[in-house]
Amino acid sequence: MSRTKKKEGTVRGKTTNRIINILLVLGCLTVLFPLYMTVIIAFKKPSEMTNDVAGALAFPQKWSFENFAEAMRVTDFWHSLGNSLLITGVTVVLCILIHSLAGYLIGRKMKQRKAFKVAYYYIVSGMFVPFAVLMMPLVKETAQLGIANRFGVIVLYVVFFMPMNVLLYSGYLNNIPMALEEAACVDGAGVWQTYWKIIFPNMKPMHATVAVLTAMSTWNDVMTPLVIMSGTDQNTLPLAQLNFQTQFGTNYNLAFASYLLALLPILIFYIICQKQIINGVVNGAVK
Amino acid sequence: MNKKHGAWSKNEKIFLGLLAPILVLFFCFNTLPLIKGFYYGLTNFRGYGSYDFVGLRNFAEIFQDSRVGHSYLFTFKYALVMTIVVNLLSLILALGLNSKIRGKNALRGIYFVPNILGGLVVGYIFSFIFTYILPTIGEVTGIGFLKTSLLGSTKWAWLAIVIVGAWQGIAMNTIIYISGLQTVPEEVYEACMLDGASGWKKFKSITLPLIMPFVTINLVLCMKNALMVFDQIMSLTKGGPSQSTESISYLIYNNGMSGGQFGFQSANAFVFFIVIVAISLFQMKFLGSKEEQL
Repeated sequence: MSRTKKKEGTVRGKTTNRIINILLVLGCLTVLFPLYMTVIIAFKKPSEMTNDVAGALAFPQKWSFENFAEAMRVTDFWHSLGNSLLITGVTVVLCILIHSLAGYLIGRKMKQRKAFKVAYYYIVSGMFVPFAVLMMPLVKETAQLGIANRFGVIVLYVVFFMPMNVLLYSGYLNNIPMALEEAACVDGAGVWQTYWKIIFPNMKPMHATVAVLTAMSTWNDVMTPLVIMSGTDQNTLPLAQLNFQTQFGTNYNLAFASYLLALLPILIFYIICQKQIINGVVNGAVK
Repeated sequence: MNKKHGAWSKNEKIFLGLLAPILVLFFCFNTLPLIKGFYYGLTNFRGYGSYDFVGLRNFAEIFQDSRVGHSYLFTFKYALVMTIVVNLLSLILALGLNSKIRGKNALRGIYFVPNILGGLVVGYIFSFIFTYILPTIGEVTGIGFLKTSLLGSTKWAWLAIVIVGAWQGIAMNTIIYISGLQTVPEEVYEACMLDGASGWKKFKSITLPLIMPFVTINLVLCMKNALMVFDQIMSLTKGGPSQSTESISYLIYNNGMSGGQFGFQSANAFVFFIVIVAISLFQMKFLGSKEEQL
C-alpha cells in the first residue's frame, strides 16, 4: 500500500518537474530574444530592414561586418574600450589594496578601541549616500582640484565602493585566526608586514568577491563618468553609446552593431568566469 | 586585551596612522560633498556666476514645486511596483530553478545574463522593442494600449521602464533567492512530508520563514536600486513624455547640471538623502524583526 503510494508520488513529481522544465526553457526566451534581436539587426544592411517586424527579425541575407567597422569608427570604439578597461582595472586594483587594508585595520581593532568602531560605522554608513546626492558638489570639487577626468572618476569609485568593501573585508577577517598574526609578531614583523605577508594573501576569497562586484559596477556605470568627464573628450563604452546616439540617427543597424560591441566584452568575461561572477554577486549581497 | 580607554600602544598608533589617510580620502569625497550640498541648498546658485544666501527657501519650495513632487511620485510608484513584481517573479523563478530539473546550471547561467549588462545599452535595445515590435504585436492581437509605442504615452511610459528594470533586476534577485533556498536543509522538507504538508502550505509555513533573511536582502536591494533609477530613463525616455517619467536622480541631474537650478536641486538632493536614510532604517527595523532562526 505504502509502496504504491510512494511510486505514485514520484511519477507525479516527475511530470510536474517536466512542466517546470519546459516553462523555464520557454522563459529563457524573454532573456534571449532581445539579445537575438541585437545580433540579427547588427549584422544586417539597412536595406534589409523592411517595414514589418518579421523583416527586421529575419536572418540577414549575408552576415556583414560592415556595420561593426562603421560603428567602431563613429564611436571611437578602441579609445572608449581602452578608457573603460583602464578605469575598471585601476579601480579594482586600488579597491582591493586600499579597502582590504582599511578592513583589516578597522576589523582588528574595533572590538578593543572605540575610535576604530566609530571609524567603522562612519565608513559603512556611507552606503546610505547615493551618488545622485553628491553629484553636483562633486562636479565642482573635482573641477576645483583639476581632477575632472579619468583619474577623478577612479578616485570617486574608490571612495564610493569603500563602505561596501570595508564591510565585506572586516567581516571576512573573522575567518583569519589571530594565531597567524601573533606568530608573525613573534618573528618581529611590523603591522605593515603582517598585513602584506599574512592577511592580504589569506583574504584571497574576499578579493575575488570584491573584484567582481567592483568591476561590474564600474564597467556599467554611466552617471559618474557622465558628469565628471563631460569636459574632456574621453568616453567610456556606455558613455560613447549615449554621446553618439544622435549620430546613429535612424540607422538601427549601425546603432545595434555599436550596442553589441559595447556588450561584448562583459559577455565574454561572463562566459569565462561565470561561476566566480555569480559567487561574487551572491557573496556581496548576502554578507 | 579588551581596553576601551587608557594609553595607546605603539601598535595601535601605527594602525591609526595607516587608517588616517583612508579616512581623510573618504571624508573629502563623501562627507565633504554632502555638507557642501547642504550649503549649496541654502543658496540661489545657478551653477555659475555669483550667488546669494536664501536661507531655507529652497527647502520650503521643494514641497510646493509640482515637478519635484511629480518626480517623487513617479520614483516611489516605480520603486514599489518594481519591488513587488521583481520579488514575486524572481521567487517563483528561483523555486523553479531550485527544483529537480534538467540543464539546471545552463538555465541559471542564462537567466543571470541580464544582470551583467549595462542598464543604458539594455535600455536602447528595449527602446527598439517598444517602438517597433510591441506595436506590431498590439496590431495583430488587438490589444489596444500596445498599438502605439509605450514610450510615447504619458500614461504607460513608466510601465516600459518597469519592464526593462525588471528584466535586469529579476536576474539578480533570483540568484540570491536560489542561494537562500539552498540553505534550507533537506531534512526539514522530509519532516514536513511526514506531517503531510505540501505545495503552497509547505512553502508558506516552512520555506518562506526559513528564507526570510534573503527576502529582506532582496526587498532592500531592489527598493534601493529602484529609487536610484537613472540609466534606463536616460536611454528610454529622457524623463518624457511631458516629464511623466522623471525620477528624482534624473531631475537632479537634468535641472541641477544644466537647468540653472544648482542651488535648488542641491536642496532637493539633500532631502532625497534624508528620505533614503529613513526608508533604509525603516526597512531594516521592520523586516529584521520578521526573520526566523532555524
